[in-house]
Amino acid sequence: MSLVLENIVLPLAEFTLEVDLKLTAAVTGLTGPSGAGKTTLLEIIAGLRRPQQGSIRLDGEKLTDAGARHFLAPEKRRVGYVPQDLALFPHLDVRANLCYGLRHDEGGLLEKVIEVLELPTLVKRSIAGLSGGEKQRVALGRALLAGPRILLLDEPLSNLDDRLKGKILPYLHRIRREFAVPMIYVSHSKAELGGLCDEVLVMREGRIQGS
Amino acid sequence: MLPEDWQIVWFTTWVSALSVVLIIPPGLAVAWLLARFRWPGKSLVETLVALPLVMPPVATGLILLKLLGRRGPLGGWLHQTFGVDIVFSAAAVVAALAVMSFPLLVRSARTAFEEVPHRLEDIARTLGHGPWNVFWTISLPLARRGLAAGVVLAFARALGEFGATIMVAGFIMGKTTTLSLAIYQSVQTGDDSHALRLLAVCVVMAFVALWASEKLSRRRECG
Repeated sequence: MSLVLENIVLPLAEFTLEVDLKLTAAVTGLTGPSGAGKTTLLEIIAGLRRPQQGSIRLDGEKLTDAGARHFLAPEKRRVGYVPQDLALFPHLDVRANLCYGLRHDEGGLLEKVIEVLELPTLVKRSIAGLSGGEKQRVALGRALLAGPRILLLDEPLSNLDDRLKGKILPYLHRIRREFAVPMIYVSHSKAELGGLCDEVLVMREGRIQGS
Repeated sequence: MLPEDWQIVWFTTWVSALSVVLIIPPGLAVAWLLARFRWPGKSLVETLVALPLVMPPVATGLILLKLLGRRGPLGGWLHQTFGVDIVFSAAAVVAALAVMSFPLLVRSARTAFEEVPHRLEDIARTLGHGPWNVFWTISLPLARRGLAAGVVLAFARALGEFGATIMVAGFIMGKTTTLSLAIYQSVQTGDDSHALRLLAVCVVMAFVALWASEKLSRRRECG
C-alpha cells in the first residue's frame, strides 16, 4: 500500500493544515492534541473535505488533485472511514448496517467478518439496543465489508471505558491479521498505538511534526 | 347528510389528496435542495415558496387565474396545444389546492431533512453509495416521520382552502364545489342547517388530519 499526500493545504479556523506525507506501513498511528487537524486529515483522505491545494494518490491512483480540480467522489475512493461517533444507521438493523457497503460477497466476506468480530448473535438486533463495544464492532465490520483499500479509524476506542477498550483491541489486531487492510489509526493512547501500529506520526496545529 | 353532501365531501377529499400527491415530488426536491445545499438564488426560491403562506389566498388565486386562463401564458399554451381549459374546472381546484399547500409541505420536509445528521450521509458515501442512492436509503427513511407529518399538514390545508379556489375555479355545483365553497354558498343562501352539517364534517376531517400530523411529529421528536 502506498498513500501519498503531496502539499495538502486547507485553511482552518485556528491554523492552516499543511501536510506532505508518504505512508507505506501496514498500520500508521496518528496522534496529537485535540483540534490538531487529525480528523480533518482523515476526512480529506476519505473525500469528505476538499483541500485548497495538493494531491492525494492511493496505490498510484489519483484521488485528489486540487490544482486540476479533480476530487474523486467518496463513493469511488474505496477508502473506509470509521468516525469517532461511529455513524451507524439507526433505521437499519445490524445485518443491514453491515451489508450497506457490501457489493458482491463472492468470497464469503460477510461470514468471515461476522466470525472475526464475533457478531453472530447481534445480526438481527437493532442499533439502538447495542452496547458501546458492540456498536464499535458493527462499525468496523461495516467499513471492512465495503472492501476498502485503506481503513481510517478515528479514535475508535475513545468513547469506551478501559474494560471495553481491552475487549475491542484484540478485534483490531484480528482485523490487521485476517484482512490485511492497511489502516491509519488515530488515538491519544500510547498503549493502543504502540501495540497496533508500525509507525506513529504526531500532528500539531495542522502539521506532521515527527514520528 | 344528504347524498349531495357526501358527494361534496368525497370531491373535497380526492382533490385534496390529488393536489398533495402532485406536490410531493417537487416539494421534496425543493425541500432537499434548501436543506442540504447553498446555491445562488436560494433566498429568492425560499421567499417564492413561502409567498402563498403570507399573501391573501384570493391574490394567489388571481395570479393563478391570470396564469391558467385561456389568455394566460400557461393556460393559453395548454388550450392551443392540447385543447384543455383549466380554469373553472376540477383541475383548477387541484391547482389552487396544490399551490396553497406547497409551502407547508416544503417547510415540514425541509425541517425533516435538516434533522437527518449530515454525518450519516457522508459515511454512506464512503461505503460506496452515490448521492442519489444515499438519498433513498438514508435521508428519506430517516426523515420519513417529518415528511409524513408534512404531507398530512398539506392535506389538511388543502381541505380548508377557499380564497384561491373560488378565484380560479368558481362555484360550480357538482364540478368545483369543495366543502369550504359549499359552506360559504349555504350561508349566502340562508341555508344555515346545511352549512352547519358541512361545518361538522370539516371539523372532524381537520381534527383527524391535524391529530395525525401532530402524532407523527411527536413520534419523530421521541426518535
